[in-house]
Amino acid sequence: MAIIQTTNLQYTFSKGPQLIFPSFQAEENSELLILGSSGTGKTTLLHLLAGLRKPNAGEVVVNGIRLSTLSGASLDRFRGKNIGVVFQTSHFVQSLSVIDNILLAPYFSNNKVSKSDAEKMLDRLNILSKKNKKTSTLSVGEQQRVAIARALLNNPSLILADEPTSALDDENAKDVLNLLREQTHALKAALLIVTHDNRLKEEVRQRIELTALKS
Amino acid sequence: MKIIFIAWKNCWQKAGATTLTLLLLSFGVGIISMMFLLENQLSDKFNKNIKDIDFVLGAKGSPLQLILANVYHIDAPTGNIKVSEAQKIIKNPTVKEAIPLAYGDNYEGWRIVGTTPRYAEFYEVKLKEGKVFETPFEVTVGSYAAKELGLKLGQTFKSNHGLDKEGEEEEGHDQLFTVVGIYEASGTVIDRLILTPVESIWEVHDHGDHEESGHAGIVSAEEHDAEHAHEDEHAHEADTLDNDHAHEDEHAEEEHAHEEDHEVTAYLLIKRLPMAPMILPQLVKNTNMQLALPAIEINRLNENFGIGMSVVKAVAILIMIISFLSVFISLYNALRERQYELAILRTLGGRRIQLFILILLEGFFMVALGLIIGLVLSRVGITLLSDMAKDSFHDEFNAMIFLPQEYYLVGITLGLGVVASLLPALRAFFMDISKTLSND
Repeated sequence: MAIIQTTNLQYTFSKGPQLIFPSFQAEENSELLILGSSGTGKTTLLHLLAGLRKPNAGEVVVNGIRLSTLSGASLDRFRGKNIGVVFQTSHFVQSLSVIDNILLAPYFSNNKVSKSDAEKMLDRLNILSKKNKKTSTLSVGEQQRVAIARALLNNPSLILADEPTSALDDENAKDVLNLLREQTHALKAALLIVTHDNRLKEEVRQRIELTALKS
Repeated sequence: MKIIFIAWKNCWQKAGATTLTLLLLSFGVGIISMMFLLENQLSDKFNKNIKDIDFVLGAKGSPLQLILANVYHIDAPTGNIKVSEAQKIIKNPTVKEAIPLAYGDNYEGWRIVGTTPRYAEFYEVKLKEGKVFETPFEVTVGSYAAKELGLKLGQTFKSNHGLDKEGEEEEGHDQLFTVVGIYEASGTVIDRLILTPVESIWEVHDHGDHEESGHAGIVSAEEHDAEHAHEDEHAHEADTLDNDHAHEDEHAEEEHAHEEDHEVTAYLLIKRLPMAPMILPQLVKNTNMQLALPAIEINRLNENFGIGMSVVKAVAILIMIISFLSVFISLYNALRERQYELAILRTLGGRRIQLFILILLEGFFMVALGLIIGLVLSRVGITLLSDMAKDSFHDEFNAMIFLPQEYYLVGITLGLGVVASLLPALRAFFMDISKTLSND
């Protein structure tokens, strides 16, 4: 069974263009690159997949559950448990330390994850030494690792990454991609990366191109 | 990890705004609570000491001063009245009881009051040790005065002239007062007085240095006739008079004259019949005396005092309103800065209601903390004030009580804190996470 499957997704902004997205699906251990220049609705698609926004038409099915059947708190909780999202620039709760920030993921999704599990995750991402630091004191690369750790701590089956590398230099970008891939395999998850970063095109074979649409 | 923990941490993330809010709120709360404590204890002291005293009979002057001096013992007396003149009033059938009070001396600034054992009985003050004074120069000491002066049973001391200890030492009298008893603490004026028979005061000023006549509160008509007293062989005897009309060979008459010519500072009157307020003022007319009603004078005082208190309270309420605005603004501003943070929490599975609670808790913490600091501040303030009162009135305030009004203060403050955080919390509740995250 596919981890994620979309059919005929459409989204219309109230004062904007109508976006029609190609249908696709992704299996365990698969990587999928969603490409497109700006204005083609990459981020919108990612939000639709994560259930952060409701499509005007079409369906997103994650782990056999149609997101349209969930609402409110149950959708929030489902997302927390099954979907890990990494954003372009990482946002954290400024007042909390690195370890407390990544522990927010299990807390809000009601998952049982121990502090030592969280530390193991930080260790895998090579940032264990920073666990008690405030996130604002970390470099951009380190912050992105923390964001990945947070997205993965709940062992999600779907990992969505929105421009995870665009703010990073070549070396860090490569690192982040490798980390995402490794963890995807470790978790037997599906990895979807939304990007216009050409550096990733060379690395990931499976891809979908979004084209600019006329409204 | 709990929302409470995140909220607590968030409060200190914006330390500047939080500190400002805390400062404002704690001052507002502190002042209001201090006013409550002060008002409560002052009116408590006033009411407890008025007890059933219906009138105070004393020398003409300010009625309020008469009350303050003779009921609360915090002001100088208005002067003295003749015992003989007072008789027609205190013997009036509408008067149930009259307790004499005679001022004149102090010990280390604590007032020695010549009276009868009824004075302490009237306030239902019990003896802690020893006995109640019986003969002249025996004193029974109030608990607070005894504690502060370190007076023990059997101890003797010399009194000083007047009511203040400053600069009066040379005018001290030679007679020794002996402590024969100590009263239990009662929360009434008795606590800070030294009680002795009226005769002690009369005798002190009969024998004592007479250079200072006309001193407010000094007893004894004899002073005016001091020269005669010195000529009189028997002048040193307790019941001898240096009255021009007194005759040594007529003892009965002498006794009578004694009654008539001694002076006291005031009488505390308790009425027997309800028509006393109509009858007694008539009797005081055309005398040097006045009749003051403690209840009315204290009401007047409270009214004047109340205006000052109200102004202070109004200022404190204004400060509190500003502090609630500060809570609101700091949360609202933080919300703009933290919208991504909140959106992320939603992405991680956080529900709307959890974000709502988070913001509400942040406001609550600020307000609760300000409240606690404010309540502590007011206690510190009262303690300082109590020290001042100790120096000037030999009285103190209790800082370690919690009044029912303060429960309201706590309730209203927390309630308004929630109201101030409600709008920011609702904004967090209704936030469109997708839109927020797209504005990257």
